[in-house]
Amino acid sequence: MSGGVVETVRPRDGFHALRMEGVTRRFGSAVALNDLNLTIKGGEFIALLGPSGCGKSTALNCLAGLLPLSGGSIWLDDRRIDTLPPERRGFGMVFQNYALFPHLSVRKNVGFGLAIRKVPKDEMRRRVDEALKLVELTEHADKLPGQLSGGQQQRVAIARAIVIRPRLVLMDEPLSNLDAKLRLQMRTEIRRLHQSLGLTTVYVTHDQEEALALADRIVVLRGGRVDQVGTPEQVYTDPVNTYVAGFMGYRNLLRLPVVSRGGDRAVLAEPGLRLTGTVREEFTGEAAIAAIRPDDFRLARGGDGAERDGVRITVEVVEFHGREVAVEGVTETGRVIHCRLAERVAPGDTIDVYAPPERVLVYGPGGETGE
Amino acid sequence: MSATGTTAARAAGPAPGFLRRALRAGPYAWIVWGGVAFFLVNLAALILSVVVNSFAVNWFDSWLPSAFTANWYAEAWREFNLADVLLVTLIVALVVVALSLLLGVPAAYALARRDFAGKRAVLLLLMLPVLLPPITYGIPLATLMYKIGLAGSLAGVIAVNLVPAMPFVVLVMTPFIEQIDANIESAARMCGAGTRQVFTRVLVPLLIPGILAAAVLVLVRTVAMFELTFLVAGPDSQTLIVALYSAAFTPGIRAAQAIDAMAVIYTLLSAVLLVIALSFVNPTQIVAQVKEVSPE
Amino acid sequence: MAEPRTASTPSTPAAAPARPAERAPEPAPAGAPASGAARPPLRHRLAERGIDRMLLLLLPAVATLIALFLYPMLYGVGLSLQPRSGGIFANYVAFFTDPYQSGTVWKTMRLALPAALFNVLASVPIAYRLRGRFRGKRLLTAILVLPVTLGTVLVADGILRYFGPRGWFNRVLLELGLIDEPLRLIYNYWGVLFSLIITGFPFAFLLVLSYMSGIDPTLERAAATLGAGPWQRIRRITLPLLAPGLATTFILSFVLAFSVFPSANLVGEPADETRVMAIAAYQAAFEKYDYTMASTIAVLMGAFELVVIALVLLWRGRMYTGHTGGKGA
Repeated sequence: MSGGVVETVRPRDGFHALRMEGVTRRFGSAVALNDLNLTIKGGEFIALLGPSGCGKSTALNCLAGLLPLSGGSIWLDDRRIDTLPPERRGFGMVFQNYALFPHLSVRKNVGFGLAIRKVPKDEMRRRVDEALKLVELTEHADKLPGQLSGGQQQRVAIARAIVIRPRLVLMDEPLSNLDAKLRLQMRTEIRRLHQSLGLTTVYVTHDQEEALALADRIVVLRGGRVDQVGTPEQVYTDPVNTYVAGFMGYRNLLRLPVVSRGGDRAVLAEPGLRLTGTVREEFTGEAAIAAIRPDDFRLARGGDGAERDGVRITVEVVEFHGREVAVEGVTETGRVIHCRLAERVAPGDTIDVYAPPERVLVYGPGGETGE
Repeated sequence: MSATGTTAARAAGPAPGFLRRALRAGPYAWIVWGGVAFFLVNLAALILSVVVNSFAVNWFDSWLPSAFTANWYAEAWREFNLADVLLVTLIVALVVVALSLLLGVPAAYALARRDFAGKRAVLLLLMLPVLLPPITYGIPLATLMYKIGLAGSLAGVIAVNLVPAMPFVVLVMTPFIEQIDANIESAARMCGAGTRQVFTRVLVPLLIPGILAAAVLVLVRTVAMFELTFLVAGPDSQTLIVALYSAAFTPGIRAAQAIDAMAVIYTLLSAVLLVIALSFVNPTQIVAQVKEVSPE
Repeated sequence: MAEPRTASTPSTPAAAPARPAERAPEPAPAGAPASGAARPPLRHRLAERGIDRMLLLLLPAVATLIALFLYPMLYGVGLSLQPRSGGIFANYVAFFTDPYQSGTVWKTMRLALPAALFNVLASVPIAYRLRGRFRGKRLLTAILVLPVTLGTVLVADGILRYFGPRGWFNRVLLELGLIDEPLRLIYNYWGVLFSLIITGFPFAFLLVLSYMSGIDPTLERAAATLGAGPWQRIRRITLPLLAPGLATTFILSFVLAFSVFPSANLVGEPADETRVMAIAAYQAAFEKYDYTMASTIAVLMGAFELVVIALVLLWRGRMYTGHTGGKGA
């Protein structure tokens, strides 16, 4: 056992790449994670994104060593690590419910990993102080976790994970138990820590905003499989399918008849609605799905030429959002359309909205629309 | 946590809350409190009868004995070899506690942390000794012990008492361990702690209150366990309660007052154990682990 | 393939030295494709079903119970089927055809059922009064629980003195003019019943109180805002939530009362009115030395008790048994 511990004491041993190859985990007959292939570069911030049950936490626990794999392997550069127990992988982890040791003070919680590694007393004290300062908890050092607020407990958990200078920090929905205001604050805090310490981080979340704000790359998971891997920009503007699109805030997913196609453009229309979009996924047949974000709709002014794009809706619900209003309306065929407009409209108004063709993404008819 | 201290302090206060409550309440409450009071008065009188008799020179047809003496205690101590009996009781109880913790706590841990095929069968095996009347398994067990010559020995008495005590530890400890977040163990591992360190630095400190509670409850139960001990105990392996029963069941041989003196000694021993038990366990939290915030 | 380290699992220290060998990447077993679709090794598949080294922790406990409980039980059943004379069921036939023996079933039930029922029902209103927090609750609870430690023998002793014809209880009643001659309360059914109530009530009360504390008090307040009066709140909210707990309490009280051995001997009439099954079994074993008959009675005792428990569980199964809204419950 001691041999393994000595290895992990070496501070900040960076790595070039961590590879997960065909990582699979089954629970009985259920497949929680199927053939995950992912390469994480040193210093990168990766977000695993998906709804509950998509396999993101399973992936994280497999990476941590808390769950044995059913298949596949994990490599740190050219060393295989999936056969190592969690305590010998040298990773830090932040848990969703913090998992602080209730019987130890904040200082002892943070210093736990260093005590295990038999770090000398004065060095331990210095490093714990440093970590506490980093998360602004210096004055709470002698309290017990039960005496702290949720946000403070979360910061203790983060300090405990980073004080051991882990090769990799794993975060399992660390912000989901915090209230909205605190969540934003801690999000910035986590991003700041990542930037200043350069820690390689794998972050699990079901909140696409969190993933977009924090990550260098996002891995979108569904049913234990990877749907898309890309930068926030790529995933946000160019989702590979309607599932990812739906997750990325493309709230309007409309299955519509195709009236014409040319190049990567397609025109979809039905009574009271006509949209020109960009084809994102090859398809054949008479129907397709158009994906449009609410904020890509604009109010059309004047003229309603039959050839022009546009959607005529009757406004039903208006929510005030400061600069904009969120509008829910229905078309004459009864489709519900969500849009965000700068103009003030009132329930009962009939308005025309349109979206530029490059912001209307067209997918094959087989995808999910959430209908 | 400090039952003796706080209860004493509270009892000394001007008017305990339940009294004020009773005074405020309506007729229904009066009936309830009346019932409680009736029960408690009779109970107190019942215990007092035994205590008074144990100090009586003799007591026949009168409210109180004509004269008092403490001699019966000395006689009981001599006649019943109470020093030996108490020593046996103590050894049996402590060994049973130690063994049932040693066997029961790891089992409770596995049951709390794992779901596996056959778990229901294991749970049933653990429930049955608690549910069945001790005589049911005590008689075949005693029969077997007489056959292999274990009956009458201290080891035999310890073994029979283990049958209800060990499952009891498992049943008390399993929910206690379940409410300790398994992520805390994971977190310790992620901090670099190996199996032994997770155990010594995280689990044991968190389990201590539960282990103490289970230990005290088993101690109380073992001291009070009559049937099983009675079935296998020999003259040198009697616990206090069995000695007491034997004396009480063969009246006329010993003076009733001496028997009562022994009963008082037994009660004092039990009461001490109860006070200790209550300082470790909040009795209302045995089933639901309700976290009551301290009123102070 | 990797070996299933049960990561979050304390493994036995003895297993640790095996690890260094596993650290090197191991080649996939010959013939199996290296992809994740390959059939994983047996230990992997077992680990996926929760079977791993942690279950070794169960072994000592289970082995002890098998040796000291299960084997003797089965031995007892076997013994009961080898009567001194007659066919294999001769002992059972003898038990049920001899009214002196079969009558013990009724005599046991006649004591255990009312005692358990009384203890549970009497606990409810008291526990209801005592729910919530107030000064002195702990003291009162401690007083009510005290008799748990008295033990059956002391209680029996006390009953003989206190409820005896010259005891204080009869003296007070005579003095008050309520009765003309002392009530006969000992060496019969009543003495045993009193002893079962005195020793059983504290236990039942403790359980009921702790179930009662597990019910979220805001539920009653919510019912009050919906117009329910005090009695309706009890009947429609508290009692239905409490009922499964009451069933459990009844079972455990019944179990305690069912083995009424010492008190039936000391304060009852062990030759007749309170000759319960435990006495019959004990006499068979240690007075007649007929271990096969003793085992028969012991087995029947367990069987009759389990029938009552099963009936209560069946009834309990038809009730809501989920979360009662208590914090952390």
